[in-house]
Amino acid sequence: MKARIDVMLRDGVLDPQGKAIHQALKHLGFDTVQEVRQGKVIEIELAESSHEQASARLKEMAEKLLANLVIENYRVTLQD
Amino acid sequence: MRASVIVFPGSNCDRDVAVALQRACGRRPNMVWHADVRLPESDLVVIPGGFSYGDYLRTGAVAARAPIMREVAAAAKKGVRILGICNGFQVLCETQLLPGVLLRNRDLKFICRTVELDVVNSDSDFTRNWKKGQKLRIPIAHGDGSYFADSGTLKSLNDNGRVALRYCDNPNGSLEDIAGIFSENRRILGLMPHPERAADPELGGSVDGAAVFKSLVQALA
Repeated sequence: MKARIDVMLRDGVLDPQGKAIHQALKHLGFDTVQEVRQGKVIEIELAESSHEQASARLKEMAEKLLANLVIENYRVTLQD
Repeated sequence: MRASVIVFPGSNCDRDVAVALQRACGRRPNMVWHADVRLPESDLVVIPGGFSYGDYLRTGAVAARAPIMREVAAAAKKGVRILGICNGFQVLCETQLLPGVLLRNRDLKFICRTVELDVVNSDSDFTRNWKKGQKLRIPIAHGDGSYFADSGTLKSLNDNGRVALRYCDNPNGSLEDIAGIFSENRRILGLMPHPERAADPELGGSVDGAAVFKSLVQALA
């Protein structure tokens, strides 16, 4: 089973990389951009057949390692 | 003083801190490899600076889950002093032995220079040879040193004397200019500046960092 975990900085946490990207987009003339936030995507393949079990394991992985909940939120999406 | 220095793949200040420790107490520290599952009997554990695991995922995140860190957490519970310098501070935050987290520097640049620091609390086994309000000059060398914690955590750090050092001229965007913090019992110190790089008069720069090692030897010898 394939899963995708999106990790994003929480609102209110300064994202200097997002700000730098925003600035670069402005330089390219994309002047309607109002905010840019940069995150991470982690793809995981796992040997689970039950979606329920896989979701539970992925939540554990996200909270133990993949995201730091002090600054980040995460979203798990199961694919096929 | 029996000191142990934890070495991860990518640590690069482990030998410098070992020299500073040996000079201060006359005894070579144990160098403990990250994959070891046993920590030698220690009065002090140092997590040195560097780029453990290439800073993959988040700085300190992978090191924080290394086998030896379970032993370090157990030692912390028993009251063993723990010093985390730079990457070591990041690792201690990721293991939640210290609150908060260190984010990418505000200006996205790696900063390597000597900075001025203000001693906020000298009442600890790490800081007793400094004076409250004393100004120090100690080098920093980091890309991810911007201290972040939620407002409740910041308040509790302030109210309980847990801020050790603040930057006089904030280089990296750290909230409230925080450069170093203690655990609740002040037996753990995490700081971004490198005291081991300001501990040798032969290098010709500041020696303000030597006080950390001297203090620990006095407290733990």
